[in-house]
Amino acid sequence: MRKETTFDTARALDQLQAKNCGNFSSNRAMTKLEEQPRQLDEWTQCLINVRDSQDQAAFVRLFNQFAPRVKAYLIKSGGSNALAEDATQEAMATVWQKAHLFNPARAGASTWIFTIARNKQIDGIRKQRRPEPEDVEWNTGDQEEASAALEISQEETAIRCAVSTLPDAQRKLIERAFFNDMSHSEIAAETGIPLGTIKSRIRLGLNKIRYGMTGLQ
Amino acid sequence: MTDTTIKHHLTDAIMMAYSTGALPEAYSLVVACHVSLCSECRCALEGFDALGGAVLEQTRKSELSEGALSATLDLIANTPAVETPKKYAPSDFPAPLQEYVGGGSDRVQWRKIGGGVKQAILPIEGEANARLLYIPAGMAVPDHSHNGLEMTMVLQGAFSDEVDRFARGDVEFGDEDLSHTPVADVGQDCICLAATDAPLKFKGLIPRMLQPFINI
Repeated sequence: MRKETTFDTARALDQLQAKNCGNFSSNRAMTKLEEQPRQLDEWTQCLINVRDSQDQAAFVRLFNQFAPRVKAYLIKSGGSNALAEDATQEAMATVWQKAHLFNPARAGASTWIFTIARNKQIDGIRKQRRPEPEDVEWNTGDQEEASAALEISQEETAIRCAVSTLPDAQRKLIERAFFNDMSHSEIAAETGIPLGTIKSRIRLGLNKIRYGMTGLQ
Repeated sequence: MTDTTIKHHLTDAIMMAYSTGALPEAYSLVVACHVSLCSECRCALEGFDALGGAVLEQTRKSELSEGALSATLDLIANTPAVETPKKYAPSDFPAPLQEYVGGGSDRVQWRKIGGGVKQAILPIEGEANARLLYIPAGMAVPDHSHNGLEMTMVLQGAFSDEVDRFARGDVEFGDEDLSHTPVADVGQDCICLAATDAPLKFKGLIPRMLQPFINI
């Protein structure tokens, strides 16, 4: 008995799918949701290179792309400039050090780096503890990992596209929530967050891939 | 370690709050325990994390200090490699709970709170608290309602109340509107993890009088 949120998912999703994503900036110009790139997004590929061959040039590219954004995230979440600067450097060092744990079949680079930045915000800046779920074993072959990674990358591109095409007010609410400007009860009470829309986009593929991989139905 | 018999899942709002980092530690523990047992919510949660990734990627850049990159490279060079995540021995408790208890149910320091019911308060900081409840088979927790939000997850056995029956992995959400008397199944003692941000409101006089002493 899942408690569903009461947003008008179907209508919002129709709007989304009807819209082109022309304003989504990407090296691989993507004009429609249906036209999926056939390669991993470049940042996920960089992170794989860091993981597999300690590629320092790839790390520097990731740093230039994400470190200024991680710092912006930490400042918006309430950190001072000095705290955010230190925590950003620590978070980016963690990206290098934990690269061996990165699994592109589960998350792309921006998602994975977001979770590192968020955890740094909680334990480094707020000095709080965040219980984490037990990790699951992923015993898949390289071939399966590659195809799952591609699907995850495409889904994440679709999510970015979905976020960038949301009405301003809805997008700002999502940003406020992720920038720690909303308490959990505000998130629960806030009916303007298009959870349904986002979730429908996310669920198109991810569940299937992931359930398939873990052998569950 | 996934249980496909779970019927009562997390809400989207709770998962989003966990993903953003807005959820107090006590509720986060319930989320982490449920997700440890539930693939469906694990997928949904990873989806919310992907939403966070999208927000991060579209955030306007802040200026880094001069030399931030070389400072980061120094940090990498001077920090010992991170350990791989801890592996836990098979246990009746999910891994995130084992971290608080130091193992499974055999490691819990129970305190009696009357009627055969026992509890153990977990060392948690923040505005909400979490406790383990041990309800002997067939026994009931006295009729109560809630001031704030209560999340209760079953770890062993099952209980039934006015809403439904809840078994291992299931999570019940209680708020001002829920007044219930959870009764443990007859077959097995029931162990639950409960997180609340306000004291329970008991209907009976005796539980109310005991409340200050048992800290529930």
